[in-house]
Parts: sequence; C-alpha cells; structure tokens
Amino acid sequence: MVKIMSEKNTLALFMEESTIAQYIPIALMFVVAVGFIATTMLATHLLGPKRNTKTKLEAFESGIPSIGNARIPFNIKYFLVAILFVLFDVEVIFMYPWAVNFKELELTGFIEMVLFIATLLVGFFYIIKKGALTWEE
Amino acid sequence: METLANGVKIGEKPEGMEGHGFFATSLEKVVGMARKNSIWPLPFATSCCGIEFMATMGAHYDLARFGSERLSFSPRQADLLMVMGTIAKKMGPVLRQVYEQMAEPRWVLSVGACASSGGIFDTYSVLQGIDRIIPVDVYVPGCPPRPEQIIDGVMKIQRLVETESLRRRDSAEYKAMLNSYGIE
Repeated sequence: MVKIMSEKNTLALFMEESTIAQYIPIALMFVVAVGFIATTMLATHLLGPKRNTKTKLEAFESGIPSIGNARIPFNIKYFLVAILFVLFDVEVIFMYPWAVNFKELELTGFIEMVLFIATLLVGFFYIIKKGALTWEE
Repeated sequence: METLANGVKIGEKPEGMEGHGFFATSLEKVVGMARKNSIWPLPFATSCCGIEFMATMGAHYDLARFGSERLSFSPRQADLLMVMGTIAKKMGPVLRQVYEQMAEPRWVLSVGACASSGGIFDTYSVLQGIDRIIPVDVYVPGCPPRPEQIIDGVMKIQRLVETESLRRRDSAEYKAMLNSYGIE
C-alpha cells in the first residue's frame, strides 16, 4: 500500500515538474548568452576609441577611389559548377568506404558501385552535352 | 627580470597593488600592456625595405615573438602602419587614405631612408619623407635597414604604445597635430 502511494507521489511529482517552470534554466541561459554578446558589443562601441570621419568611413579599395558597387550580377555558371562539384564530391566520398570494404562486399558491392557510377556518368554526359562546362561563351 | 631554469625570461609586471592571489593595477597600464603585445601591422612595402621586412617576418628574425605575426592588409584592422620603401608623390594620396582608414589608436613606423626623407631619390616625383602627409611615430634609418633595425623600430613603437595615455588622442594638442596634416 505504501509502495503504491509512493509511486503515485513520484508520478505526481513528475507531472508537476514537467511544466514550463522546468525550462527556466534554459531561458536563463539564453538571456545570459544574448546579454553577454549585447553587453560586450555595446561596451566596445561605447568605450573603444574612434574617429569617424568621412574619409575613414569610405569603402576601402586599396587607397584608390572606388568605382561602382560591389553588388553586381555575375554569371550564374558559378552556381552550376558549385552544384556539380557537390554532386561529384559526394560520389568520391561514397567511393572511400567502398574501397576500404572492397573485399568484404565482394562482387555484389562491385556491381552496386558500377551501377552507382554509371548513373552519375549518364548525368555527366548529359551536362557535357548541355554545354554546362563550356566557359568560353 | 626573473629567469626560469630553462632560460626563459619573464617580463616585469607593472606597478600595482599585490596580495595573496590577486594583483591590481591601473586600467591604463593593463590596456597599454595588451595593446603593446598585440600590434597588428599593415605592411605598406613599396621597395627594397619591404624585402628586409620579409626577412623580419621570417623564421630567423620572427617578428611574431613581439605579438605582431598577424599582418593586416585592410587598414580597418591595423594598429601600426609600416611604411617601407620609396613613396612616389602619386602614391601619396593612397598612403594617406590607408592611414586615415586605420583603426584607432594608430601608429606609424617609417622604415628606411626613402620613407623617412626620400633617401637618394631627391627628384620631382618622389615624396621627400612620408611625414609630409601623415604623422610618423618612429623612424628607422638605413638603406635598407637590417631586420634587427626594423625590430628595434617595432620595439620603440611598443614602448610608445605601452606608455601612451588613454586620453592622448582626445587632447586638443593631438587634434591640432592631425589638423596640421589636414586630417580631421
């Protein structure tokens, strides 16, 4: 009887504790983390020596008057190359564990890998045919 | 100066209150010590003194021992402008902008005869000393100076950094000095 009572009590205690009050330490940690950053940044801006003149706040381009804006559109091909890099990079990453376990995986592993590489090779020929890697255009 | 068994010398501590487990000194001294040992130089190397500077940064002379291994090629992060080499008059405005855009407080080290006085280039096209356009803190003589001399110059800068009053750059005297160069 006593045992049942105590079990009930712990259950009640548990249910009581899993309230919002349990998360106060986490909230406190967030407050401290944000507060620390805010205080240090504010303090350095207030206490640090500065001399904000017009010439000082100009954009620095190695001492030469800057021409135009840095935010200009540039060739989207860079994006394509980056995506292709990620694709074939992952392929190589897959090849490492396969090469390490080459003997254990036997012929099945080899066939699987050939299929995998063949799939990517189809894609590779596709992008070559599409002209994704021709730069001089 | 205290010397350890392995030959490492420990620098002297500044004046201050000392007790069991604590040491207190003035903010100015602490800031001075911190600044002195973490100078970020901006190498403005235009000719042969720059080659000597490469040797200074190399393993043999190793300026990193003085806390200056981190060179900054953006004036925004630099404390010390090291002008090394001939400054042509056309380069003048560039040097001046680099100086003006440096972080506060900033120091200038003029390395070699050309930067300090124009050196052998007593011609119409060469600036006869960078102190005609920007204030200079320490001059290093030589044509070109040896790395030891450059290190000596940096150590003199360190001495200035360490002993500079926190309010110096706000003084009317300092502002008048900057104004005499046409710098706000």
